[in-house]
Amino acid sequence: MGQMRALRKLVVIQAKLYLREPIGVFFTLLFAPLLLVLMGFIFGNDPVPMFGGRGQLDVNVPAYAAIVIGVVGLMIAPIETTTRREAGVLRRFRATPLKPLTYMAGDVLVYFTMIVLGILLLFLLGRTVYQVQFDGNMLTLMAGISLSAAAFLALGYVLASLAPSARVATAIGNVLFIPMMILSGITLPLEMMPTAVLKVSRFVPLTHVVTLLRGLWFGDSLGEHMLEVAVLCGILAVGTIIAAWSFRWE
Amino acid sequence: MNMQNDIVVEVRNLVKQYTDVVAVDGVSFEIREGEIFGMVGPNGAGKTTTIECVEGFRQPDGGSIQVLDLDPHRDGYKLQELIGIQFQAAALPPQIKVWEALDLFAAFYHSSVNWRTLLDQIGLAEKSNVYLAKLSGGQKQRIFIALALINDPDLVFLDELTTGLDPQSRRAMWDLVRGIRQQGKTVFLTTHFMEEAERLCDRVAIIDHGKIVALDTPQNLINSLGAENRVVFSVNGHLDEKPLHAIPGVIRVERIGERVVVYGQKDGLVGGVVNTLEAGSVRFDHLRTEQPTLEDVFLALTGREMRN
Repeated sequence: MGQMRALRKLVVIQAKLYLREPIGVFFTLLFAPLLLVLMGFIFGNDPVPMFGGRGQLDVNVPAYAAIVIGVVGLMIAPIETTTRREAGVLRRFRATPLKPLTYMAGDVLVYFTMIVLGILLLFLLGRTVYQVQFDGNMLTLMAGISLSAAAFLALGYVLASLAPSARVATAIGNVLFIPMMILSGITLPLEMMPTAVLKVSRFVPLTHVVTLLRGLWFGDSLGEHMLEVAVLCGILAVGTIIAAWSFRWE
Repeated sequence: MNMQNDIVVEVRNLVKQYTDVVAVDGVSFEIREGEIFGMVGPNGAGKTTTIECVEGFRQPDGGSIQVLDLDPHRDGYKLQELIGIQFQAAALPPQIKVWEALDLFAAFYHSSVNWRTLLDQIGLAEKSNVYLAKLSGGQKQRIFIALALINDPDLVFLDELTTGLDPQSRRAMWDLVRGIRQQGKTVFLTTHFMEEAERLCDRVAIIDHGKIVALDTPQNLINSLGAENRVVFSVNGHLDEKPLHAIPGVIRVERIGERVVVYGQKDGLVGGVVNTLEAGSVRFDHLRTEQPTLEDVFLALTGREMRN
């Protein structure tokens, strides 16, 4: 009961702190919409044969949702957590009856909400300004986004535990995220990639997010994406166990 | 709490070893209810390791610890409800507002005090809406004290409370700590300022190389030295030292340039020196007395100065 009250307060304060950090706000809420605007300028949304008659932006919107998930999971969450650990903020939390799992739960809830907000902004912009096509089911898509976000946040917490410092966490985040962005088909459609790259791409976690969200966006059912769902569930399960087990206050 | 003798903290033969050093080497002490107990010693003497074992954050390699009748390592969460901690090195997110920090930490405990009252008490009521990043070092330190008091704890730990503060903030901090004792709370503090220990603590343990070398009230520690008091003055020109030696209780007289130091038993030393000088029509200046301090006690016990 005490931990519930702590959790509620933590979520409110962490959300405020998140929104007071301009870099985090930019990459969570504005980066993907800005990319979309840029692509709109360059390519417009005219039908392209390679995408089965869909436009560049139709294909980009669900893929950019994966950027939001990747940025928060691989960069913002581990960097913020290691920064706090390094500065002694977590140490201060430790000297209270607050349990590590409560702290993590509050953190994850806030990151999760921010991811959803960022994706919502992106979708709204795509639908209203660029009349992007959406053929899917909103609930199924939400489920896919939730699973992907949860899996990447678990991954982020694993990184935070493994990284000895905020600097290392930043470096690892960059090293993982930037190639993932290219290899997962976010920036360049997988349809354009040579087979050798496609082979590597299958082992990039973010690829499965892109494939899943794109599929759901265009009306696939979850059943048609059992591979992606299974991979993401696996990441979520293993990541959560490692993260919970290896979390360090200092 | 052990009501028979009001022992709040009991440490027996505490040993803590790191890979190649013994940080704490068989330390034993008790802290009584309502006192300010200080642990002083140079950096690296084992103060912080000891206090963190008592807080439950480090597992001892040997010995036993009881805090408010709990085992700090096993009953960690239970103990945290009853104690307040100010760390030597800890932080809050820079973008959190003062009131938000207090409000947040209050939610971690079963019972807590009103944070507005607490802010008043530490003299930062007008800062409640300010970001932590905008506070001075002394103000931040007060906020950390407030966080340590938010659950109305029975026992408060203050680790190197005034390190890095200017003398004025340091004095203000001492008043705060005395205020904590007045509320009936017990305080366990560490410091490497001998003056701080002397002014603030009811009892002091002097720790060096992981061992307690003395433990008593500051006054008893100083008295136990049997150290001489000193009367210091300066004279211009010749001084006949013989009459000074004749003063009852005087042990020796030193002269370094213009400066004369008379060592002797406390009682009657100043009067004796002044009378003697007057009687000899000696023109003297800058006369002052020096009492031994905890600094001298440390020097006598360890053979080293307590400088860092």
